[in-house]
Amino acid sequence: MTLITKIKKMSREELIFHLIAYPVFALVLLVCAYPFWYLFICTISDNKMVDLGQIFLLPKGIHYGNYIKVLKIDNLSNAAVVSVLRVIVGTGLQILVSSYAAYFFTKQEMWHRKLWYRLVVATMYFSAGMIPVYLNIKMLGMLNTFWVYVIPGMVGVYNMILIKTSIEALPADLEESAYLDGAGYLTRFFRIVLPLQKPILATVGLFGAVNHWNDFFTTKLYVTRPKLYTLQFLLYELLNQVRAIMEQPQDSGPGYDSLTPMATRMTMTAIVVVPIMLVYPFIQKYYVKGIMIGAVKG
Amino acid sequence: MKQKKTLSRGMKCFLYVLPVIILIFIFGYLPLWGWSYAFFQYKPGRALLDCKFVGLQNIKDLFGNAVMQRNILRVLKNTFGIKFLGYVFSPLPMLFAVLLSEVRSKRFQKLVQTVTTLPHFISWVIMFSLALAMFGTDGLVNTTLHNLGSETTINVLNSDKHVWLTQVLLQQWKEVGWKAIVYFAAIAGLDQGLYEAASIDGAGKMQRIWYITLPQLIPTYFVLLIMDIGKFLNSGIDQYLSFGNALNKEYIEVLDLYVYNIGIGSGQISYSVAVGVLKSLVALVLFASANYVSKKVRGSSVF
Repeated sequence: MTLITKIKKMSREELIFHLIAYPVFALVLLVCAYPFWYLFICTISDNKMVDLGQIFLLPKGIHYGNYIKVLKIDNLSNAAVVSVLRVIVGTGLQILVSSYAAYFFTKQEMWHRKLWYRLVVATMYFSAGMIPVYLNIKMLGMLNTFWVYVIPGMVGVYNMILIKTSIEALPADLEESAYLDGAGYLTRFFRIVLPLQKPILATVGLFGAVNHWNDFFTTKLYVTRPKLYTLQFLLYELLNQVRAIMEQPQDSGPGYDSLTPMATRMTMTAIVVVPIMLVYPFIQKYYVKGIMIGAVKG
Repeated sequence: MKQKKTLSRGMKCFLYVLPVIILIFIFGYLPLWGWSYAFFQYKPGRALLDCKFVGLQNIKDLFGNAVMQRNILRVLKNTFGIKFLGYVFSPLPMLFAVLLSEVRSKRFQKLVQTVTTLPHFISWVIMFSLALAMFGTDGLVNTTLHNLGSETTINVLNSDKHVWLTQVLLQQWKEVGWKAIVYFAAIAGLDQGLYEAASIDGAGKMQRIWYITLPQLIPTYFVLLIMDIGKFLNSGIDQYLSFGNALNKEYIEVLDLYVYNIGIGSGQISYSVAVGVLKSLVALVLFASANYVSKKVRGSSVF
């Protein structure tokens, strides 16, 4: 009833707009969400039916065999451990170092503060280039080490700017009284400033974690030891094999009861994408704030 | 006496931050020594100084050597083509935000926003896997076509036709919802009084969008566009590494991918560094100009 009264109250233009807008946005929704849904239902459906194109909206012949088999793939559990470690250590270090730097760069009394700050920020806009950076990492002996994942990105300059802006918004008296009580820089940073930065640290941390999780190029460029592969890179390699097969004309695949190439890659994709889905609600809570500060600062 | 005290405090503060500056130096500035490779004929496995010093020959070769020249031109064409095609779609996030914010139901707005922003957070590897699931030779579209009795196979991911368009459309799918957020926030900050006044004067929905909302969003649009042009050459590599294959290589190889391919792939370190040096310099000029223009437009610079 209320819907009808609402519609009656609308002007003709308003009504036409909504008659067009709702279907259009519903289509947008479908286009965005369906590939994820399709991938997911395929992983738990009967592999034969997937190959024959009989799965559209709901899973059929539900089984979890794909997951069980994919989890047994050589090196997968190891890659999962590397990925998770990388996210935890990498994000933790990044938050710590970025906020530490941000705090000190808010201190007007620092010797040549402007100069150092500019030097740091300039690296955001200027890079020596992929190969020189590679040669540098090689010279530092960081090829094929876990550290190449977490150390070069430790000072997230962009994050540092965000945190600095947030620290500058704190009232100055807050630190002043602690300073008069004789608290040093580090005490003030850890005891007073950092606890008040939780919202921005959460934002920066979530974005950092997603970036660490999603990155595969670092592995591609610097790592050749399979023990250090991440999940994303393993998936990339797997898709590469599929691509190699794809480029030649292909006969029918192996028996349907076994893991088909398509089932393998879909299941693995689902495994890699699930963590993103899990943290997405939290990211969503913070991203508007993040992108707004980002839009101002470039 | 007092002077000395403030100086030592400033010094102390500097010493605390020094490790960070050293880190920045090691990973941000130290790689510049690698530029020297551009001036040698470097052979892998040898020390740089044992290699032949060739001065600017490598850079000259990029433009003089016929094969090199053809490759560079092709790669630049791809980089520019994909970017320009992307600019054609650049008003899309703004339009998306304007139209969605006009929809009455807040819950529907929220739902659409949530779902359309999600693809921003997945990697290009996942994108490729999703694209394979939908458009691959054994993907949903093709199996459905076959089931309907069609003989043709649509092979967009594995062809040299419409490569730029395919890649740009994929970018739109991934990023439109995300890029729209800035505009949603801008729209939320617009003066509601203007809309009320316009309604009283009898302006309809379309008129309000056209005469009130859009004009106020255009400056934001231009600033974002200019900043994007400033990052023109940094096309990124993840997407093209994921989607590139032997068949679409001619059209998908952008500058960054080319540097990777000749540097790491075929070990021509000197040439790839030469390309990289030119790229870094041009990118710096582009960025400075974009920053300058953006400063003119909105009265504040980024840097």
